Amino acid sequence: MNNPKFGVVVFPGSNCDHDAYYSLHKVLGYEVNFIWHKDNDLKESDVVILPGGFSYGDYLRTGAIARFSPIMNSIIDFANKGGYIIGICNGFQILLEAGLLPGVLLKNISLQFVCKDVYLSIENSDCNFTKGIGKERILKVPIAHGEGNYFADEDTLNELEDNQQIVFRYTSSDGTNSENYNPNGSANDIAGIVNRNGNILGMMPHPERCCDPVISKTDGSLIFKTLVNNILN
Amino acid sequence: MYKAKVLIKRRASILDPQGKAVEIGAKNLGLKNIKNTRIGKYIEFDVNTENKSMAEEEVNNYCKKLLANPIMEDFEFTLDEIK
Repeated sequence: MNNPKFGVVVFPGSNCDHDAYYSLHKVLGYEVNFIWHKDNDLKESDVVILPGGFSYGDYLRTGAIARFSPIMNSIIDFANKGGYIIGICNGFQILLEAGLLPGVLLKNISLQFVCKDVYLSIENSDCNFTKGIGKERILKVPIAHGEGNYFADEDTLNELEDNQQIVFRYTSSDGTNSENYNPNGSANDIAGIVNRNGNILGMMPHPERCCDPVISKTDGSLIFKTLVNNILN
Repeated sequence: MYKAKVLIKRRASILDPQGKAVEIGAKNLGLKNIKNTRIGKYIEFDVNTENKSMAEEEVNNYCKKLLANPIMEDFEFTLDEIK
């Protein structure tokens, strides 16, 4: 593989699909295809992005209806074969509803939609999404969600902790973990998790919104570049 | 044909910030005795079969796989024959 191909899935109501395309293709120079939710073909993607937005208007529960889109059968097969998937915001919600990652995302504890930059500590620096960024690095990445309050039962949380499946936690700019820096009430300050096999990442913050040097925030690009480096080597 | 009425409740162990916020409204209204407000969902639909056990099975599947998320919600339903 010389240059991995990204596929960005478009659900009705996705609104970060073009941000993902712009950052991955125009800024980072990767080959990117849009994938329509009614199709079955992942267009030979090496990495599939489930973007943010409000698929199906968030009706019933966030991600609950998108999870049954035809493309999701291909995505579940792809995931089971070890394909790389990044679910961002609503994409994370869809991965949880599909059972590809454990837990649920509840309404923010404040009941408010929160849109701001947050700081993330890298809790697992051994997975392909982070290996090489450096464990000490604090990432500044924006969030924009009303339902990002990660919840799972105690056994699941213990399993996530024991298996190093928590990739990102909300933290302060100098890396102090405290509930003061948790913007939504997430259990254990969880901002992003991976599955046991390490090929599926779900995260509430938006790395695709901070890749372009023009906006002077580029920490999001580290996640994409790191994944590409790790799967090429 | 049956009319299905589904009630979906957030599990007791899970906080309901929406219920808490609504309860602030109750206090502001001067309602002093309202406590433990929790918000769920009520969904109704028709099931087009004469076979009650088939209807029950289908509604159960609908609830388990789509209408409710068992990680955070419990559901119950009734089926009433309609003519």
